Amino acid sequence: MIWTAVLLAGVGCYLLKLAGLSVPAHVLERPVVERVADLIPVALLAALVAVQVVGRGHDLVLDARAAALGVAVLLLLVRAPFLVVVFGAALVAALLRLF
Amino acid sequence: MRADPDPPVLTAQARSAIIRDSLAVGLATGTYGVSFGAVSVAAGLSIAQTCALSLVMFTGASQFAFIGVLAAGGAPLSGAFTALLLGTRNTLYGLRLAPLLAWSGWRRAAAAHLLIDESTAMSVTRPSTAAARVGFLTTGLSIFVLWNLATLGGAVAGAAMGDPRTYGLDAAVGAAFLALLWPRLDNVRSRLVAILAAAVALGMVPLSPAGVPVLAAGGVALLAGVLWRTSDAQAAR
Repeated sequence: MIWTAVLLAGVGCYLLKLAGLSVPAHVLERPVVERVADLIPVALLAALVAVQVVGRGHDLVLDARAAALGVAVLLLLVRAPFLVVVFGAALVAALLRLF
Repeated sequence: MRADPDPPVLTAQARSAIIRDSLAVGLATGTYGVSFGAVSVAAGLSIAQTCALSLVMFTGASQFAFIGVLAAGGAPLSGAFTALLLGTRNTLYGLRLAPLLAWSGWRRAAAAHLLIDESTAMSVTRPSTAAARVGFLTTGLSIFVLWNLATLGGAVAGAAMGDPRTYGLDAAVGAAFLALLWPRLDNVRSRLVAILAAAVALGMVPLSPAGVPVLAAGGVALLAGVLWRTSDAQAAR
């Protein structure tokens, strides 16, 4: 049963990806579709940040992850390279958890 | 349309900058597969099932959602449904990327497997098809390789491997998503959508199954795109 679900969902997720890439180009030529498609990554990335940083199960918690995100913001403001931002945040979280 | 006439060539310098950034994302994201492997085995899946999820499904949020439902005692099929619901996000990414990547035939079918959050983010802002393809493939392939190796490692080592949170890797993922979002926040409309989307997602966390909050936040983009008709020139990048 688990195998069936694993394969169904796996193949299904692939088909969802393929469908997105296969939509005819003219669909995107409508301004509304273009605006929405442009904003979707913004909304989803912002939501992913929020959920990753303060979500824990069904709870919202402020912990080392929030401090790490704050450091990431500072690093982004001074235009630090991507790697520095990501691992700088990890380092801060790891250090905070040590103490 | 963003698919403007491409610059004649992608300079070597620009190309290696894209590759460097993409590999950084690949490293940060791929290694997180250790936690997926470990959590999945703890949720009751076999090592083979865990690896199958990373190989075939290959979209982290859906994978975590799947095992999350099973770990909470949910039926495998409701786990599958939750994963598919989350996977619709990739359809929207594909919609946005299709004209920019401009692949067809078997290349498109192969590229579709690599269509995930990170490969989208590392390609969608590129000015040309050549640059977008470099970002997409470098990010997608490096994550695919590392994610699957890390999944296997995490599954085999299981709990003995320790919590990836010890190394702050969970915080690194949030920072990576933020760094990906950052360049898109260069206009008022995007900033408002980002703030609203984050608020909607957080509001949904206590109320809905894992994964749904992020999908609900996509509704903010839908509403803003439909309702906010004021001059695109003003709001455009």
